[in-house]
Amino acid sequence: MESTAIGLWGIPLAILAGAIRVSTPFIFVSLGETITERSGRINLGLEGTLVFGAMTAYAIAVVTGSPWLGVAGAMAAGASFGLIHGFICRWPKVNDIAIGIAMMQFGLGLAFFLGKPYIQPAAPHLPSIPFGFWSGLPQIQAALDINVLFLIGAALTFALRWVLANTRIGLTLRVVGDSTDAARAMGIDPHRVRLVATAVGGAFAAVGGAYLSLYYPGAWNEGISSGQGLMAVALVIFARWNPVGCFLAALLFGGAGALGPALQSVGVTSGYYLFYAAPYALTLVIMIATSSPNRPVPGMPGALSLTK
Amino acid sequence: MFDRLSLNRRRFLKTTTAGLLFGAVPGLVSGRARAADGLTVGFVYVGPKDDYGYNQAHAEGAAAVKALDGVTVVEEENVPETVDVQKTMESMINLDGATLLFPTSFGYFDPHVLAVAAKYPDTQFRHCGGLWQAGKHPENVGSYFGYIHQGQYLNGIAAGYATKSKKIGFVAAKPIPQVLQNINAFLLGARSVDPAITCQVIFTGEWSLAVKEAEAVNALVDQGADVITCHVDSPKVVVQTAAGRGAFVCGYHANQSPLAPDKYLTGAEWAWGNVYTDFAKKALAGEKLGNFVRGGLKDGFVKMSPLGPAVSTEARNTFEATLAEIMKTKYSVFKGPLKDNKGNEVIAAGAAYSEDAIELESMAYLVDGVVGSAS
Repeated sequence: MESTAIGLWGIPLAILAGAIRVSTPFIFVSLGETITERSGRINLGLEGTLVFGAMTAYAIAVVTGSPWLGVAGAMAAGASFGLIHGFICRWPKVNDIAIGIAMMQFGLGLAFFLGKPYIQPAAPHLPSIPFGFWSGLPQIQAALDINVLFLIGAALTFALRWVLANTRIGLTLRVVGDSTDAARAMGIDPHRVRLVATAVGGAFAAVGGAYLSLYYPGAWNEGISSGQGLMAVALVIFARWNPVGCFLAALLFGGAGALGPALQSVGVTSGYYLFYAAPYALTLVIMIATSSPNRPVPGMPGALSLTK
Repeated sequence: MFDRLSLNRRRFLKTTTAGLLFGAVPGLVSGRARAADGLTVGFVYVGPKDDYGYNQAHAEGAAAVKALDGVTVVEEENVPETVDVQKTMESMINLDGATLLFPTSFGYFDPHVLAVAAKYPDTQFRHCGGLWQAGKHPENVGSYFGYIHQGQYLNGIAAGYATKSKKIGFVAAKPIPQVLQNINAFLLGARSVDPAITCQVIFTGEWSLAVKEAEAVNALVDQGADVITCHVDSPKVVVQTAAGRGAFVCGYHANQSPLAPDKYLTGAEWAWGNVYTDFAKKALAGEKLGNFVRGGLKDGFVKMSPLGPAVSTEARNTFEATLAEIMKTKYSVFKGPLKDNKGNEVIAAGAAYSEDAIELESMAYLVDGVVGSAS
């Protein structure tokens, strides 16, 4: 046997590589949802936006030959989904959760319907940067072949944190999210802020979809997401509405997702269903450990409520 | 997960147009519509019919039936294995006048096909897989399936010549007998070339999970596997990811060579066109259809993708010689002495199971040389 196998070192490497490869959609969807929820609104429909974004990006990339046009198209489509959601939810007595679920179904259905002709053709993929050039090992080269969208996602994480903490835009968003009345008293139109925040959130989520169809796994089919959009929405609560927390939680999920295949590949073959459940078990443990019956979840925007 | 909620376009159009017709011209349309002459055949798929995989293989078969004179084909895709499939089948029977139905997915059979078959005794149902049992299930139902492990054995031969690391990889969905047969046959094919070869298997746990399948391929390649094949519903992601990592690939279900023209060695494909046209011709002629239809490469149920450019002359010769052997007589991929990967003897020396041996349909082990666990 040639020395191409790296044995047990494959596990940490796979977790690192998986964290980078698998996390990007989680990063974008959870950052988008953070913006939306910080404005005091929940958009559960991001799973639909993610899948519709994946389809739009793939279709545009197939037709035009440019993956970046695909990403731009997905952003536009995602923003429109967010606008529809935001527009409907501005009316009194409209429940965001119900609209979110309706929009999720709408996004999935429309993506399946319009995406039919694009299952077979191959689209050009988004570029990646070979940060592993220094290593002679093909495994490390492959693991450190990092997609540009991941880097953009990482940069956006810190930019968003800065914007929320230090700028007027961030302050406006937080005021609207914490108290609708206070925002009105300050002369801010909460409806408009929430509409924009939901649209931006939708655009972010659609970019996550573009990553799925145009880079990893890099194909459009109807099962491409398998619930990642929903998980990412849950990650936002897990990350306490903090962008950096979202980024780390996404990395954790990506890495934990790579654990099951990696363990099987080194010969730990029993109980793989259990390893596949690892990310969810981990989430449960952290949620239970950090929650308390006596106080609300820390960091939760004041105007955010599940019942309206 | 939300499939039950989704309104199906076809059914929506059907119901609304039928409703309009009944409303506008009462008495003009009777309960059973048209198809007085000729034959209408219905196909139901669990996924999209251009998935480079399981459903595409069936849809290509349906396309062959379409070419027959006097036959109308109705199809519906993305039908979940729930009560939805019963509605789809009833709609095909009542509105399209279908008298022969092919619900192609494994999970359609019990209880859905059985329920509808009991309600429509004049309609014939043929289900893909091995679930129908004579005496236990209705006579207007039957099963058909192919010995595709022969194709995986040939894949293994091509892989055995192509591998340099002597390590090959298999991305599998679930450890059921059908999948285990394929994994074992793939390794045995490779070991017929070089007994030092091992096969690493990774189970993803589901028939279609794109991200996990891609992760599995990456993990296999990281551990040195340089030829990859799979048994999942849509092999597109596996083929593209493996070729992207520089590994060779063997296909499954349908021909995936357009996805990786340089890295594709060969592939085990279904040839449902032959099977379906045979059923349709019999139905047209008014003959009785078989209830238990099986076949392999020899019978035209399974075929191999054309060999790719990376296959060496030596590999091509062995491949073609073995294929010729399989086409000639009953061929035993599984013969003793054979041990499983826990060291137990599973086939005694001198025993051999040919393709139609009933023992194969309950296979629950992985053979010696496969790294993985069947449970």
